[in-house]
Amino acid sequence: MSDGILKLIEQKFGSQVEVQEKSSTRAYVMVERSVLLDVARFLLQEHSARFCTASAVDTRWGVEILYHFSLDLANNIVTVKVLAKKPFLQMESLASFLHAANWIEREINEMFGVQFLGHPDMRRLLLPDDWPEGEYPYRRTQR
Amino acid sequence: MSQIVPIGPYHPLLEEPEFFTLKVEGERVVDMDVRIGYNHRGIEKLAESKTWDQDTFLVERVCGICSTSHPIAYVNAVEDLLELEIPERAKYIRSVVAEMERLHSHLLWVGLAGHFIGYNTIFMWAWKYREPVLEIFERITGNRNHYAMIRIGGVRKDILKEDIPDFLKAMDELAKKNEMLTKAVIDDPVLHARLKGVGVLSKKDAVEYGVLGPTARGSGYDIDVRRDAPYAAYDLVDWQVITFQEGDVFAKAAVRLLENAESIKIIKQCLERLKELPEGDFFVPVEEIPVGEGIGHGEAPRGEVFHYVRSDGSNCPIRHKIRAPTFQNLPSFKASCIGETIADVALITAAIDPCYCCTERMVAVDVDSGKRLFNGQDLVRLCQEKTERIRDKMKG
Repeated sequence: MSDGILKLIEQKFGSQVEVQEKSSTRAYVMVERSVLLDVARFLLQEHSARFCTASAVDTRWGVEILYHFSLDLANNIVTVKVLAKKPFLQMESLASFLHAANWIEREINEMFGVQFLGHPDMRRLLLPDDWPEGEYPYRRTQR
Repeated sequence: MSQIVPIGPYHPLLEEPEFFTLKVEGERVVDMDVRIGYNHRGIEKLAESKTWDQDTFLVERVCGICSTSHPIAYVNAVEDLLELEIPERAKYIRSVVAEMERLHSHLLWVGLAGHFIGYNTIFMWAWKYREPVLEIFERITGNRNHYAMIRIGGVRKDILKEDIPDFLKAMDELAKKNEMLTKAVIDDPVLHARLKGVGVLSKKDAVEYGVLGPTARGSGYDIDVRRDAPYAAYDLVDWQVITFQEGDVFAKAAVRLLENAESIKIIKQCLERLKELPEGDFFVPVEEIPVGEGIGHGEAPRGEVFHYVRSDGSNCPIRHKIRAPTFQNLPSFKASCIGETIADVALITAAIDPCYCCTERMVAVDVDSGKRLFNGQDLVRLCQEKTERIRDKMKG
């Protein structure tokens, strides 16, 4: 992957991140929850990455959240993976400093039940107002 | 005294329903909120219960207008997972279909925008010139919409040699018509007065909101997946990314019109190459999808479409995330609409080419008395009257 961006991430965050280079254009970086915001800021502010979106995946251990950052000039997509552990499912919010993450965090909140700490406007986005509380349609248990 | 103007929730002109709440003082908008989700179909969840092949057709139904962009982004994701290279012929065919789609989508938008501002001639022209594009689609794919051309590993149908000459002729004619239409819009002094400086989205805001496609390129934010992360045949042909610095409605219209010319250029080059390549070699069979994950994106008419898939080795994905461009473009209304008049907000929201809703279901209500102030026709009328005033002033 160009620019040696993955090396820079490893140098800066050390054992709190685990880097996986999948191909010349795709990389996955597993991070501890405590450094998520720092890694995101590092990519956005120091490397002018563009926040594409976030995907959430319901797993046995909690909800895995994948933040996809595109480095457009280098044709790279760096995906930052973090686990919101059961049973509390909480995560720090990127929307507190990034408008682009506002809606997707609202979507993950209502579809998977992840609470984003510090989100400026955590209202429902897609589900109807009369949808029952505590039911999360995109979890694996929902059929 | 501020009043609330609700717009929505059903939109009779473009695609999806959405609900805007405008807080206005007089005619000026001081705050705004958007509510979506009226048409949420849970396609991501549904995709987990369909097979990998069926999902190609499922994601085609995410949108009726970008019905090839989603499958392309999806197969890009699956091919990223498989690390699969597709045949050259398939690459060219994918680009042809994607650019044809851009053409018809942009022409549709230009027509509707013309109607909004009281230029019904533009509406008639644009939709008339869009028709041959749909006819070609019918000839090469069998359908005017939902073409079902894309499959994992290539395309489903070949473009036949005998169809290419007519296709090229139609493109030449369309190029002339499009040039005429572009000049008619870009050189019109009334349109300059009406659209310039309206709904400016600064580059800084464009970057912060992460807007995409013509909305970004109209604000000087130079991103285009076709160039930045070439897929299909975009790195094999010669074309340019169109950007404007102004960020207003005029810039967005100009980006789309000039992009049409680039699309025609791309299509013609692809067709010339298709003439030379051997027929028949347009896919590689894919037997099974191994464990892993893949990311694919593509440039739809409205901006980047983003797909993420994860496989556990079975015949269905265990997660399929879809992000359409309007999801990123919509929230930027907060930056571009506040401070504008109601007559312009109708236009600015349409300029992003979203799934915009107004007209029939839109009513303005005085919060204190509960009296109705405007309905949908009034909104279009307000917008058209402003153009008329500018036109009269210029004549007089």
